[in-house]
Amino acid sequence: MTYRNIVIVGGGPAGLAAATAAYDAGERDIVILEREEMLGGILNQCIHNGFGLHTFKEELTGPEYAARFEQLVYDRGIEYRLGSTVINVSADKVVTYVSEKEGLQKISAKAIVLTCGCRERPRGGINIAGARAAGIFSAGTAQKLVNIDGYMPGKEVVILGSGDIGLIMARRMTFEGAKVKAVVELMPYSSGLNRNIVQCLNDFNIPLMFSHTVVDIKATDGRVSSVVIAAVDERLQPVMSTAQEITCDTLLLSVGLLPENELAGYANVQLSPVTNGAVVDDQMMTDVEGIFECGNVLHVHDLVDYVSEEATHAGKCAAAYVKNGNTATEYVPTCGTNGVRYVVPQKIRKDDNYEQISLRMRVANAFRNVELAVLLDGEKIVSRRRPIVTPGEMETVVLNSELVKRVKQGGKLEVTLLGGTK
Amino acid sequence: MVKQLICINCPLGCHLEVDDSDKENIKVTGNTCPRGKVYAISEVTAPKRVVTGSVPVANGDVLRVSVKTASPIPKEKIFDCLREIKATRAVAPVHIGDVICSNVCNTGVDVVATRNANKI
Repeated sequence: MTYRNIVIVGGGPAGLAAATAAYDAGERDIVILEREEMLGGILNQCIHNGFGLHTFKEELTGPEYAARFEQLVYDRGIEYRLGSTVINVSADKVVTYVSEKEGLQKISAKAIVLTCGCRERPRGGINIAGARAAGIFSAGTAQKLVNIDGYMPGKEVVILGSGDIGLIMARRMTFEGAKVKAVVELMPYSSGLNRNIVQCLNDFNIPLMFSHTVVDIKATDGRVSSVVIAAVDERLQPVMSTAQEITCDTLLLSVGLLPENELAGYANVQLSPVTNGAVVDDQMMTDVEGIFECGNVLHVHDLVDYVSEEATHAGKCAAAYVKNGNTATEYVPTCGTNGVRYVVPQKIRKDDNYEQISLRMRVANAFRNVELAVLLDGEKIVSRRRPIVTPGEMETVVLNSELVKRVKQGGKLEVTLLGGTK
Repeated sequence: MVKQLICINCPLGCHLEVDDSDKENIKVTGNTCPRGKVYAISEVTAPKRVVTGSVPVANGDVLRVSVKTASPIPKEKIFDCLREIKATRAVAPVHIGDVICSNVCNTGVDVVATRNANKI
């Protein structure tokens, strides 16, 4: 067993930003463990542009955005180990990992930052009936095959799910010579960005079918030969009389991301059933002292810029924890009500001295012309007008130092929607 | 001709109607803010897109390097541009920003690398 101050689990955008921030806060004993053979995480396969508008004020591709944060890690000489898969994290902060080079290793850490990101929800997660045939991929797997390995998964494609990854893959498959016959969406709206609907589907006349789902997959000689789709009713149940068959050899699934929290579970970290991530305080610390979480493993973000921002804060707080130990005594709990589905962090420390606190949240439904309000023990302390809020766009409210001081005197913080029309 | 567009500037996603029958005076309706008008006019007069893709790389520590057009190119040249990218091979080392195809499809825009490939 070796001993390190900070172990960062995952070398994607969150891990890179957390490591850099911990270093810049004065910590020098840091190691990043990354299971892939390169840093950068999912950004490596996101070769489309549109990243970094907030952070760098320019539009970068995923690999370019990753490279900028990788450079910060290289410049600081922060240690990282590639091909190193963490298989266990214990509540007493022992990290166990395996790698081809080192075999099985254990590191006892003073602080651990979990930056493991998400996995895609697989076919089994939504129970699609039909053939177990070749030609069914999650959208992210297809993205990796095309963009990293240079392998085309099929020629005629149906995509289930109109989140951003599904939309981006509709364009990518079209660019690489495939025919995308339809994007099928269970809900009456897309959780993807307007920009992606326009530039990935409309630009190429790819039909987007709302309130439809895949009800059967047919195969010939072990390969997908068609999918059957049907409209769904208001209870999201398929109406079989509307069923129609679409000939295709490939079905891509873009049906949600699941924060990868097995390791947090092994360490007995309390998880939120709403976000599927850890319950954290405003320092991104979980209920297990010294274990921090940030990025997509904590809750799914729309923009990598917000991941970097959140992880920078977590890295800084992890460094402060190593230096000062745990100073938390009492908390002010946060919650979302009246259409605000969740708020991260779920609690605010009464002890710390940070100048500002970012509350991040998602709404359950789209509302127009609505007031996003923060209530402290029932009294409105923040009010923000929003022309529109949608489930697909994360909202952020930043509490300034004066408000933070007030919040610490309070008993309960609530974020809510007032007025507005659906 | 009247065209229907969805504005991409913000989550509102206004449904725009653009009438460009008079090229000197293009009419935009449905927009909530001035950005919608600017977007609609550029979409019906000279729509442009950044095109991204990847090319195989020889002697590199990765199989492919991702690439992009250094600036947006006319929308109608997207597939010509992709054909040119597809016919291109890179040789390591490649650095971010290296020109992979110059003046792609006579647009005056270069296709540049968006990831590094080290020589092995």
